[in-house]
Amino acid sequence: MQKMKLVVVGNGMAGMRTVEELLKIAPDIYDITIFGDEPYPNYNRIMLSPVLANEQTIDDIILNSREWYAANNIKLCTSARINKIDRKNRVVYAEDGTSAEYDRLLIATGSKPFIPSIPGKELDGVLGYRDIKDTNDMIAASKKYKHAVVIGGGLLGLEAANGLRIQGMEVTVVHKNEWLLDKQLDKTAGKMLQKNLEAKGLNFLLKKNTELIIGNGAGRVKAVRFTDGLEISADLLVMAVGIRPNFALAESAGIHCNKGIVVNDTMQTYDPRIYAVGECVAHRGISYGLVAPLFEMAKVCATHLANFGIGLYKGSVTSTKLKVTGIDLFSAGDFTSDVDDDREEIVLHDAVGGVYKKLVIKNDKIIGSVLYGDTTDGSWYFQMLRDGKAIHEIRDHLMFGQDSLGNTGHAGQNKAAVMTNEMEVCGCNGVCKGTIVKAIQDQGLFTIDDVKKQTKAGSSCGSCVGLVEQILASTLGGGYAPPSTSKAVCGCTEKNHEEVRAEIRTHKYLNIPDAMKGMGWRTPNGCATCRPALNYYLISTWPHEAKDDPQSRFINERVHANIQKDGTYSVVPRMYGGVTTPDQLRKIADVADKYAVPMVKVTGGQRIDLFGVKKEDLVNMWADLDMPSGYAYGKSIRTVKTCVGSEFCRFGTQNSTQMGIDIEKAFDHMWAPHKVKFAVSGCPRNCAEAGIKDVGIIGVDSGWEIYVAGNGGIKTEAAQFLCKVKTAEEVLEYSGAFIQIYREEARYLDRTVHWVERVGLEYVKQRILEDAEGRKAAYERLLYALQGSVDPWSDRVHKRNQHKEFETITV
Amino acid sequence: MSNWVKVAPFNEIPKLGARVVRTKTTDIGVFRTEDDRIFAVNNSCPHKGGPLSQGIVYGDKVACPLHSWKISLVDGKAEEPDVGQTACFNTKVEEGIVYLELKE
Repeated sequence: MQKMKLVVVGNGMAGMRTVEELLKIAPDIYDITIFGDEPYPNYNRIMLSPVLANEQTIDDIILNSREWYAANNIKLCTSARINKIDRKNRVVYAEDGTSAEYDRLLIATGSKPFIPSIPGKELDGVLGYRDIKDTNDMIAASKKYKHAVVIGGGLLGLEAANGLRIQGMEVTVVHKNEWLLDKQLDKTAGKMLQKNLEAKGLNFLLKKNTELIIGNGAGRVKAVRFTDGLEISADLLVMAVGIRPNFALAESAGIHCNKGIVVNDTMQTYDPRIYAVGECVAHRGISYGLVAPLFEMAKVCATHLANFGIGLYKGSVTSTKLKVTGIDLFSAGDFTSDVDDDREEIVLHDAVGGVYKKLVIKNDKIIGSVLYGDTTDGSWYFQMLRDGKAIHEIRDHLMFGQDSLGNTGHAGQNKAAVMTNEMEVCGCNGVCKGTIVKAIQDQGLFTIDDVKKQTKAGSSCGSCVGLVEQILASTLGGGYAPPSTSKAVCGCTEKNHEEVRAEIRTHKYLNIPDAMKGMGWRTPNGCATCRPALNYYLISTWPHEAKDDPQSRFINERVHANIQKDGTYSVVPRMYGGVTTPDQLRKIADVADKYAVPMVKVTGGQRIDLFGVKKEDLVNMWADLDMPSGYAYGKSIRTVKTCVGSEFCRFGTQNSTQMGIDIEKAFDHMWAPHKVKFAVSGCPRNCAEAGIKDVGIIGVDSGWEIYVAGNGGIKTEAAQFLCKVKTAEEVLEYSGAFIQIYREEARYLDRTVHWVERVGLEYVKQRILEDAEGRKAAYERLLYALQGSVDPWSDRVHKRNQHKEFETITV
Repeated sequence: MSNWVKVAPFNEIPKLGARVVRTKTTDIGVFRTEDDRIFAVNNSCPHKGGPLSQGIVYGDKVACPLHSWKISLVDGKAEEPDVGQTACFNTKVEEGIVYLELKE
């Protein structure tokens, strides 16, 4: 079959990202031709500032080499400006006479610098700042001339000014407003920034309007004059007063434009064969000048070009960072405070320490933020802003940040900016800051996932992801957009976890193939990410009905033992409540001897771990042990840690040991989105460390206190008080209901802490405390799910002949 | 000179799973995909030697159980951006029996 022809006008970041996304999902449906008016292949425009500041070279910022185009069978025409679209015959014509026919056309002509009509603007040495040529011209000028003037104190202007200063020029920034970056910062932060930049050697003239650009008689700029009569020398004049969508080509072809090429939510123009993405479009009346929205558009557009017909672009909230080394600022949303409505502000201002933070809140939600000097929490605030998260629960410590103090693995560092390149960011994989920065710049990475993939940083335990995110944000500046909190389960589907769960319930899918088929999975049998999630969602939604698929479980859950680095396994028998007997200990000792177990270790969960067991020995060992599985390997109930309690302890107020045993027995064999740990202490001294467990129970004289969503792992998180109850039965019911709602609603691999962080403790309280019937029903559902569950070890022992998997074949 | 050895009846290799075949020199993972193709690769991940036979099988790939490297069963290569390759072996199924071709 003849392929369709796709022509792309514009070889920049938006157009190429769309092509890349398209190739990912539908590599074979188009013959692609790309026209670009610059002589280069696609490069990373947002890295021009580092090039000007001598931190990068042109070669470093190329995103798609010519070899890439060739390898993907894309015809690339550089230095070829399209000047006519013949929509009737579906042909585009370039200035150099070449032409190309299309079935679909993608316009991505970007924007151009706005040059105000000031007399003298046509003189030599007056430039915009948009592309490699402008950058090279500026570097060339800096070698010959001394005085540079930058008109415009916005992001681009300041980055240009900083670069020219590093190239050795005397730079003055002229701005017509009262403070710098007036679109991104409020006055306080703007003034702090100015002071910092002045200390670096930049000069500023504020509240100035340019009247005239004066030539030197030989056609080159010599000076500028302002409306107040002041005149200053200028051998180089950079206009950075803004950009305008470049839509002249589309308009001349009769495509509807209104300050940009008008597109709908699928990125389609008024001509159904023609799509447009990037800075040239006007979507819902807005044109974007930062790179993050362009990528969102690209993704949506690609699905429509691929005839998938899914995905809508609904506009973007953007955030800003300035890429000037040593300056930390972040802003997002609407942060103006002098507006007469019911907005509130939380402000922290330490003028001496150079830190300023402002959050603007309206109707219990963050609507804007400005951070200066300490931007550690910028993306956290931005995420809450985008998600419209209610903040009343955390309002009193909101200003102090996401409390990354509990995070381990990177020497207590939580501010990427102050780290040197040699400092380790990812303690699991040994990745330094410099490696990450280099990968972002050289390989053109834009998302956390890209960075994880390419550098491995943050890809193991995940505790350093916040740091990696900061590094990404400060390296990319405006190019960075934090990932949305509701993203697709994996590359096999567009659907997010909540959508998958809902469909499993509504359509009553009972096995993985049906679920995948019904939900339009893109791969025949999923991947190692989605299959375990689907399997869990099925069995937790339809207990006793859905088919548990062992091949979709991670090896540990498949063989009921914990795989070790050398491929051997560890075996942990259950000891309810951490209580054992001489008889059990003797049996464990005998088994350890018989199978020559290399290491016997007491675990943190009050039981005994036998390490270094061969897979083929597992079943025999379980038979000899004759103890139940401790589930030390699963996304399941692990242990219930207990203290001694009132039976022996002279401080004990409640029998915590018995309570622990009862809980462990009641919830035995329970699968969950992630591992679940309980602890019960018999008095507030809390020797069982219940404050860092998924459910922590503390005995007091008059009953039991229940705490939930604690965590003692990667991120130390204290459990939060849920309620106080009187009886042991109530402990089971309340904690069981909490766990059941978590089992039904959390995303796979969410610990309780992550889930509660997302839905809010308020929600949990409402479900469990205010809705007594709902609580009882949830508890009943948990008991029903666990009904008739059997110990997997003895089950395997009995069915040993059916499980050839444990046997090695020798040839 | 070919060196085919008998492994096991086809139906004793689990769908979307694998069995370990121990030879004199090495362990080989023999895999069965959902569409009943049989593949054999050295049971050792090019990353840190993880036992690939214990991983989750999907499409014609397996995810290593230790650090989730994705290894192609077709050519033994690690999925980008990871780099590495593990040895592959020819397989065939005749009259319901799986055979494996060992290297000399």
